[in-house]
Amino acid sequence: MEAQNNEVLKRRQLLSSQIDLSKFNKDIFEKATDDEKRQQDVMGESTTFFKDGMRRLRKNPLAMGSIVVLVLILLTIIIAPMFCPYSYSQITNVGGRRDKSAANLGPMEYSQLETQYMEETGEKLFPHLLGTDSLGRDYFIRVIYGTRVSLSVGVVAAVMVLIIGLLYGSIAGYFGGTVDLIMMRIVDIIYSLPDMLIIILLSVVLNETLTPLLAGTALAKLGTNMISMFIVFALLYWVGMARLIRGQILTIKNNEYVLAARAIGTKDGRILRKHILPNCLSVIIITTALQVPSAIFTESYLSFLGLGVSAPLTSLGSLANDARGAMQSYPHRLVVPAIIICLIVLALNLLGDGLRDAFDSKLK
Amino acid sequence: MTKYLIKRVLLAIVSVLIVSAITFFAMETIPGGPFNKEKATSPEAKKVLEERYNLDKPVTTQYVLYMGNVLHGDWGVSLKTGRDIWTDITSKFAVSAKLGGTAAILAIIVGIILGSIAALTRNKLPDRLIVFFTTLGTAMPSFVLATLLLLVFCLELKWIPVWSSSNPNYILPVIALSVYPMAYITRLTKTSMLDALNQDYVRTARAKGVSRAKVIFMHALRNALIPVITYVGPMVAYILTGSMVVESIFTIGGLGSSFVTSITNRDYTTIMATTLFLAILMVVANLITDIAYKLVDPRITFR
Repeated sequence: MEAQNNEVLKRRQLLSSQIDLSKFNKDIFEKATDDEKRQQDVMGESTTFFKDGMRRLRKNPLAMGSIVVLVLILLTIIIAPMFCPYSYSQITNVGGRRDKSAANLGPMEYSQLETQYMEETGEKLFPHLLGTDSLGRDYFIRVIYGTRVSLSVGVVAAVMVLIIGLLYGSIAGYFGGTVDLIMMRIVDIIYSLPDMLIIILLSVVLNETLTPLLAGTALAKLGTNMISMFIVFALLYWVGMARLIRGQILTIKNNEYVLAARAIGTKDGRILRKHILPNCLSVIIITTALQVPSAIFTESYLSFLGLGVSAPLTSLGSLANDARGAMQSYPHRLVVPAIIICLIVLALNLLGDGLRDAFDSKLK
Repeated sequence: MTKYLIKRVLLAIVSVLIVSAITFFAMETIPGGPFNKEKATSPEAKKVLEERYNLDKPVTTQYVLYMGNVLHGDWGVSLKTGRDIWTDITSKFAVSAKLGGTAAILAIIVGIILGSIAALTRNKLPDRLIVFFTTLGTAMPSFVLATLLLLVFCLELKWIPVWSSSNPNYILPVIALSVYPMAYITRLTKTSMLDALNQDYVRTARAKGVSRAKVIFMHALRNALIPVITYVGPMVAYILTGSMVVESIFTIGGLGSSFVTSITNRDYTTIMATTLFLAILMVVANLITDIAYKLVDPRITFR
């Protein structure tokens, strides 16, 4: 190159790489035309990380479909109890009288007493959309409440896992060294325990020991099974989250901006909150989203074993379990909660996958 | 390698000890002892009995004694049936092992085949169908699948007789147990197969004219199977816990259904022994998986 150039580059100083422009003939420079200038313009709108991810998410039909399904389910479980006159725990009443004939009705059927009542008063009673169960409780509203319980168990469990895993993982990852070593050995051990067995075992034990402790308190209404379920989730399920967050923090904390922050004397807590955690936010959100279906899975499994929520409260798993006895005569009672579980888990899984693809393609 | 082996075995032993401690002390906290009957036992008799069964000793000593007995094959007797738990566990586990083993083998073989097909026909019809069914398979809890299979094929269509010990038909329970791991293995094989097909060594093999089948089976699939090995441990755990509900639904007299019965009966000694037994199985399965993974792929280094 230099050999082809007639003019030897005129440097400011012998060893400097800066070129002294004043030594050049002005004519060899020409002004850029407007056209050329425009090439430098940034045509695309500037976008934030969140906006960019949302744009990609919106292009994913499966994820968007899942959002629609989830919103529909949420709307139904919020709105339906408002206009449905039955309650999940109450046996059907007709004009204030307990209706014994209302047990085991098929979908959209009325009991003898109800038909009689409607003929006498001319009033239209709200139909039993999915019939009634063996005790004469409206099944539709029980499914609605079961869905509420299952979903809230999933969300609460995911939030608990998130909080514990986040605290534990960020402390271990940020401080490193001996702290990290000890904390991660504990995680390794918990990770190697067969979680489902421990959950079953603790549910059995906590049921027995918590009942007298909780009697009379506000928590008793929730049922000991539910509380023991939360306890076991909190005890065991955070390890995966803690490992993930620790790994993220280990890579992020070696970045220059963290070094810069530390150099100007920023405190540890602030570095964690302002510099490190926002950078692993996408991983955290995705893992939390995928935690919800897995918690719903576990809850329905435990309910199916009879270790789930206590009566009269119900969940989708316990509804399916109760329906098992009479599944040949009333298959819809089994099929409906089963389909709703599958739908929720499927939608949440697909949404989680979609979020992962949209926000973090590295994570698999 | 030796260092890793020792570390890994130690971790396994520690987890078994922890599980056994959790089980033992958890059962201790349950109110009520074996002599809390409606008819009060006389204090003298109670004292003799407690001495006989070491119940007067501190809990930690009792735990050590219990573990000693467990190692000698004495797992106690069931509170409900009074039978020896160890003989019960071994006889029932034979049934569960047959069921679970078949399900595991089916899941692995079909999963690998489907995963490879999906990877080779990426974004074409077979791939899309496989992705659809695997997504569905991972969203369906085993008990839902099991009850639906029972309802449709046993009770409505009557194609397959209901399970009985004289006429055992394992088809439906095996399907119910294997769908989830199968779907998981399919996904796993697909991603790692796609990854392997994009590797340089596959391109090199193609470039020097190795036949397509040979490239797929000898170069891509062999490397793609390594991640599948890691799933074997979790799969054993899944099948063991899944067999609890599946066996109860199909009324198969295996270890899983007897565990569920002991939970509903609050048969604590059986719960404890079965938990410990299953936990040991799972921990050993994980141990073998990790070691196999390390053996198959020497590049993998563990801390």
